[in-house]
Amino acid sequence: MHQLEVKNIVKSFKDVQAVRDVSFSIPQGKFLALLGPNGAGKTTLVEMMEGLRKPDSGEILINGKSWLKHEKELRKIIGLSLQETRFTEKLTVRETLRLFASFFGLGNERMDEVIDLTDLGDKQKAMVGTLSGGQRQRLALAVALLNSPEILFLDEPTTGLDPHARLDLWNILNALKQQGNTTLILTTHYMEEAETLCDEIIILDNGKILRQGVLKELLDGHAKNLDELFIQLTGRHLHEETLDK
Amino acid sequence: MKKHWTNNQLYQLILTQFLETIREPSVLFWGIGFPILISIGLGLAFTQSSGTQFHVNIVENHATALDSLIIHYGTKTMHDKSVVYTWTVADSTLGNTKFIFKNSTWNNAIVALKRGEADLILTYSGGKPCYHFDPHDAQAQLLYLKLSHLLQHPTVKAIEAEGHVTPLTLKGVRYIDFLIPGLIALGILNSLMWGISYSIIERRSQKLLRRMIATPMRKSNFLIALILVRFVMNMVEAGVLFFFAWLFFSTTIQGNIGALFLLFVAGNVAFSGIAVLISSHTEKTEIGTGWINAITMPMMILSGIFFSYHNFPEWSIGFIKLLPLTLLTDGIRSIFNEGAGLMQVAFPSLLLLALGVICFIMGLKRFRWF
Ligand SMILES: Nc1ncnc2c1ncn2[C@@H]1O[C@H](COP(=O)(O)OP(=O)(O)O)[C@@H](O)[C@H]1O
Ligand SMILES: [Mg+2]
Repeated sequence: MHQLEVKNIVKSFKDVQAVRDVSFSIPQGKFLALLGPNGAGKTTLVEMMEGLRKPDSGEILINGKSWLKHEKELRKIIGLSLQETRFTEKLTVRETLRLFASFFGLGNERMDEVIDLTDLGDKQKAMVGTLSGGQRQRLALAVALLNSPEILFLDEPTTGLDPHARLDLWNILNALKQQGNTTLILTTHYMEEAETLCDEIIILDNGKILRQGVLKELLDGHAKNLDELFIQLTGRHLHEETLDK
Repeated sequence: MKKHWTNNQLYQLILTQFLETIREPSVLFWGIGFPILISIGLGLAFTQSSGTQFHVNIVENHATALDSLIIHYGTKTMHDKSVVYTWTVADSTLGNTKFIFKNSTWNNAIVALKRGEADLILTYSGGKPCYHFDPHDAQAQLLYLKLSHLLQHPTVKAIEAEGHVTPLTLKGVRYIDFLIPGLIALGILNSLMWGISYSIIERRSQKLLRRMIATPMRKSNFLIALILVRFVMNMVEAGVLFFFAWLFFSTTIQGNIGALFLLFVAGNVAFSGIAVLISSHTEKTEIGTGWINAITMPMMILSGIFFSYHNFPEWSIGFIKLLPLTLLTDGIRSIFNEGAGLMQVAFPSLLLLALGVICFIMGLKRFRWF
């Protein structure tokens, strides 16, 4: 059985069709990248999977269960980091984690584990307001991992980070992949991120799926990399930074 | 898995909310320091008027009988590079009155009057003093009465028989007694409107609210924690202000403490409800700030915090009396100063509670968690 099934999802805002008839599914333990430029509809799609937005039509099932009927249950088995969450600056890393741990009825043991996993040991007592961008993203990841989620959703976890901080995060996620217990849905507009971390890649543009598959299948045409493929498909780059190269 | 009470989510929400509050130094200043400073400033300005001082400019071409009188009774001093004569009339009941006389030209006297450096101009012609002052200026009128009396009977006290004046300096009628309950009520209003509304809107705009409800957190726990922490902070703030007023101005609570607590709770419920309602939908702190100001500012002015609302036109009083801040302020005042009990504050308390609950329900109905 697929752990996550997305069927014919449509979502519009006033004058924008953000997601137009998207369907896919993913088995347990796989890492999936939603790759697309700004405004492709990645966040809208992910937030519907997270049960934070209602689709106009279509169905999303996690372990065969829908958000409408099983919200309470599903909240306990997913973990997520939103595209832009600013945690309270006047709390320490550990206080923030303890607060979120309490929502799941978890105690110190699990907190120590995620602090270890995200390498925040020496920042435990630091105020969130004093953290660097990379450290904040690792805190967001730590919060997302607290309940040992079956499915983890990360919305642009490395956008705006320097290459070093990005690599740190990739290492953490790779370690998670080795354990094999977590399914990951990750959105990004960095092709390297999709290439290095994920088993399966969905290229999204204008609310529609352009291509879907493993990296090899996607590149078996004439494209050298994913950005080239995207240019072939749309005539545009994945993101502006690529243009400067 | 062993369960420990510190892992309880309501406890953690309250704890983090509390930590966040006290780690914001400005909270302590605006919540505790500021009301105390106001009460010192205004309290001293209005309660300690043990003596009065008047400035009189004398305009004359040559020495007259007036001068000899003033030189005889006054003390010569230098003030701002010119000679002034200070004539003090002692009065143990009404406080001493100090007349400060200064010779000047007519033009200079007019300038001094305009600048507020002089209260009255005195001339002397045909053997009689002549008083020049603005008849709309109550201070100048009083000076005229005192001064004309003094010049006629220089050796006699202004109020001859002290028995005719009974000073009313009872507790409860001083300005500070009027002010302290008002400051307590205003503190509750401000702390809840800014503390609750602003923190909800800020969290919504930071996507923190959305992040929190993406967990099994109970939404009610979040609001309970937010309100409870504010309520306790308000108790502390009111307590500190009262302690201060008791220490320096001997303010006391003449009425029923239970009634005060009921009213205090009702006021907190009312303003928490309003705070939740105005922060229920918006994501922009600017809009939130606008709403908070639109609600707190008019009440701050109309509800008689600093001066009695009976100065407003007759037709508006009925409406002003029903404003939540007025209900709270009048209630607290009646308990502090008039010895009111449960019966007297039951109606305003009920009204405040009802308002709070209605706003709260309306706010929850349209509350946007994300
Ligand atoms: N709350 C909203 N109201 C109106 N339009 C929105 C809203 N959220 C997203 N959109 C629009 O939907 C489209 C997809 O946005 P989004 O899902 O954020 O894309 P991405 O995450 O891929 O950058 C964009 O055109 C965006 O402007
Ligand atoms: Mg996005």
